Amino acid sequence: MFADLSDRQWLWCAAGFYVAGLVLGTVSLLRGGRTSGVLIYATILAGYILQFIGLGVRGHATGGCPLGNRFEIFQFTAWSAITLYLVIGVTFRSSVLGYFTSCLGATLTLLSLSIPAWDAVRRTHIFGGNPWIELHASLAIFSYGVFGLLALTSALFLLRHFSIKSKHLGGWFSFLPSILDLDHIEVRLLGTGVVLLTLAMAFGSVYWLRDTATVGHVKLAATVAVWIASAVAFGLRVGGRLLARRFAWACLVLFAAALLSLEAVDGSRHPGAVQTSEHIAP
Amino acid sequence: MSERSFFVIGASHHQAPLEVRERLALVSEEGLRADLASVCGLREFAVLNTCNRIEFYGVAADGAAADAVQAAFCARQRFNVAEFERIRFRLTDRDAALHLFEVASGLDSQLLGENEIFGQVKEAYATAQSLRSTGAVLNRVFQKAFQAAKYVRTHTGISSGQVSVANVAVDLASNIFGSLADARVLILGTGEIGEGTARAFRNRGAANLAVAGRRLDRAAEIASALGATSMPFDEREARLSDYDVVVCSTAAPAAVLNTATVVAAMKKRPARPLLLVDLALPRDVEAAAANLQNVFLYNLDDLATIAEQNRSAREAETARCRDILSQRADGLWRHVQPYLAEAAHADGAPARRNPGPAGQTASP
Repeated sequence: MFADLSDRQWLWCAAGFYVAGLVLGTVSLLRGGRTSGVLIYATILAGYILQFIGLGVRGHATGGCPLGNRFEIFQFTAWSAITLYLVIGVTFRSSVLGYFTSCLGATLTLLSLSIPAWDAVRRTHIFGGNPWIELHASLAIFSYGVFGLLALTSALFLLRHFSIKSKHLGGWFSFLPSILDLDHIEVRLLGTGVVLLTLAMAFGSVYWLRDTATVGHVKLAATVAVWIASAVAFGLRVGGRLLARRFAWACLVLFAAALLSLEAVDGSRHPGAVQTSEHIAP
Repeated sequence: MSERSFFVIGASHHQAPLEVRERLALVSEEGLRADLASVCGLREFAVLNTCNRIEFYGVAADGAAADAVQAAFCARQRFNVAEFERIRFRLTDRDAALHLFEVASGLDSQLLGENEIFGQVKEAYATAQSLRSTGAVLNRVFQKAFQAAKYVRTHTGISSGQVSVANVAVDLASNIFGSLADARVLILGTGEIGEGTARAFRNRGAANLAVAGRRLDRAAEIASALGATSMPFDEREARLSDYDVVVCSTAAPAAVLNTATVVAAMKKRPARPLLLVDLALPRDVEAAAANLQNVFLYNLDDLATIAEQNRSAREAETARCRDILSQRADGLWRHVQPYLAEAAHADGAPARRNPGPAGQTASP
């Protein structure tokens, strides 16, 4: 029965679990109780496994890491962010982060699934059999997933900061982690994202130096801009020049810029072999 | 009539004012336990003795045993029996169980939802167990009381938020710094408020505490009692950057920390937040300091407002808690009642056929 499911069906199921995590958290918060960290974690984990299977089926069909169109990029970004949440969520001990991760996972996956045009054309073998380019692309998108989680943590930071500055500590705000904990996690996530993106850029540059014509100028400019922006933000934070609220806002802007840069990446991609979705068997 | 029942008899802050509770405070708990052990018909018993209540939980073969417990207590305390009867409450069976549930949950406490009572009930039960004065009924009732108390504390807001100004300040620090083990706390002022707040920080895990006051000897005395360090008051500005939390409660007529001082301190520690808790009247910290990045300033009114909001939120939860506990007491009693009837039958006493309305209130 499960063998008959297509990649998109698996991904719909995954999105369903992310939405379930979101609904569970919302209902719990509206009732005034603490969200169950274990339950939300388990729900996200279930969605993650289903998404992993869906992306695996897609990757098998496209002959590589599924990053061939905007749909796949959004799915992979969501998957990357959730991978990291599943690792740090255990130590973070914050069900609120799980709640927000559900929100991110549900938004990215549902958005990509509900716009058929994003998945109308699938590129297969986009990396031309070059594993280094595949590694470059997957690392870059994984780093964007890290920036996604960073954006969530930054949003939590801004909420916590607002609650303390405005002297509203009760209700929903009481479930938020402390300012210092959130700040530490922000710095670590940004550092991780910068390292991953730097590695991705390094692998990509080797390929680009061999044949500069293969990479569009817009893509190059957009990705280098995101890389420089993330490295500068990290440097300013470590140097004590970009702090607290301003740092959190910078992280949110960085993630927005990363998402926008995907447009340039997708638009200037080397065509490779193109298939419409109907041509790929489930 | 002769029948086995579970009962509680006692007095608490609801009926007995402080001066009466002082006289009710047990002089010799061991002596009284020995007296109770010899009460005829008393099968099981436990004593809950706190500053706000003295309560005797027991399983008696007949109604006279509860009277004997009361008499033994009054005799031991040299307390007039008639006077005790005016202030005491007495509940039986399901109502007695519900009372214990409410006590353990903090619903019956003077400070609604407080946690300390849970530990006190556990201690009372542990003591009774160690003296082998508990049996099947008390064991079950107490264990169910602990479960019920944990449930309502976890699933309702009865214990959420702090209701004293000092504890609200500590909560606030936790919201900013997470664990207080690494937070450096400076107490400016050696009055009662400063000392109380310092103690609250210490009790919640703050390990790095310093006390500064105009009277260094008094600061040293408080610091010594709390395992903290003392500091000359004049060094407060120069060393402000060393601290994460500064609690001000001096009687100074003007601000002892101005904005320029806080700005200078933050330049030395820009990445680390600074919490200023101003409990003084007139205020010790210039209000403009609140506008600085990474600085959080709370004054007495702010903290009192939060404490009051928390108190109201807890009160709003009491009805829900009582419903939950009532259902649990009903469930417990469905199991305990047949056992009591069976045990009464074994004693040779007539078993209850119809328990009637659960429990009774025999106090005047």
